[in-house]
Amino acid sequence: MIRRMARAATTADAFNAIAEPRRRQILDVLAGGERAVNELVAQLGVAQPTVSKHLRVLRKVGVVEVRGDGRRRLYRMNGKALKPIHDWVRAYEQTWSARFDALDDVLDDLKTKEDR
Amino acid sequence: MTTDSRKAKVTLPSDRQILITREFDAPKELVWKAWTTPELVRRWWHANRGEMTVCEIDLRVGGKWRYAMEAPGFGEVAFHGEYREIEPFERLVSTEAYEGIPDADAHAAVDTLTLAEIGDHTLMTVLVEHPTMEGRDMHVESGMEDGMQDAMDLLEETVAALA
Repeated sequence: MIRRMARAATTADAFNAIAEPRRRQILDVLAGGERAVNELVAQLGVAQPTVSKHLRVLRKVGVVEVRGDGRRRLYRMNGKALKPIHDWVRAYEQTWSARFDALDDVLDDLKTKEDR
Repeated sequence: MTTDSRKAKVTLPSDRQILITREFDAPKELVWKAWTTPELVRRWWHANRGEMTVCEIDLRVGGKWRYAMEAPGFGEVAFHGEYREIEPFERLVSTEAYEGIPDADAHAAVDTLTLAEIGDHTLMTVLVEHPTMEGRDMHVESGMEDGMQDAMDLLEETVAALA
């Protein structure tokens, strides 16, 4: 139970962080490599305060990390923090795939009956 | 199940929605029949995780449904809900409550099944919408997925150990 609650917190945090469309866009860009804020601003065409606000949320849950490079701060995606969501989606997909594979068999039977 | 369209695809369109899509090599009338006929649902809903012990479908607006299965090592997993909208062969809207959480009905999701024929195939989409973030988180954390994840972790470890 404790383990499950611990996982709930991580999953929910990452879920919330990536639920916002703009934040997903930021992650899409960062998936291509490290970026400075001004590069994100240019690439997304969004005001800098907005980008900074979303970066704060993403950093808070660990989905995005930052490092200093001289006077610049470079942001990068941390795939590990997205793992809880990835794992859950994959498990959910497995359940539905197993259902649908069985449903294929049911449909094949129905088709055979119809053809008769 | 070699092509992508034959694999169930799960996406998260917004923070309270889960979207499942899958193509079937059958007309939508047959997919509908397999989805709404208890004897047929019993043959696929278990996802090879156990045996369905209850499959009740009262297919009319306001009618109730209840599915339960006995999963080895997990016990009973049960869901129930009510039909909201029925457009035969095309669209089915119903609520879905997972009985394993407290106050299940308050956190019930709304599921929308749509079937669209593309040539001789049927594209199925199932949109699961949670009324609350809490409901979604509980869905995410509930039931079989958790147990399945453990099983998959175990499988991965086993495979890794063999490599």
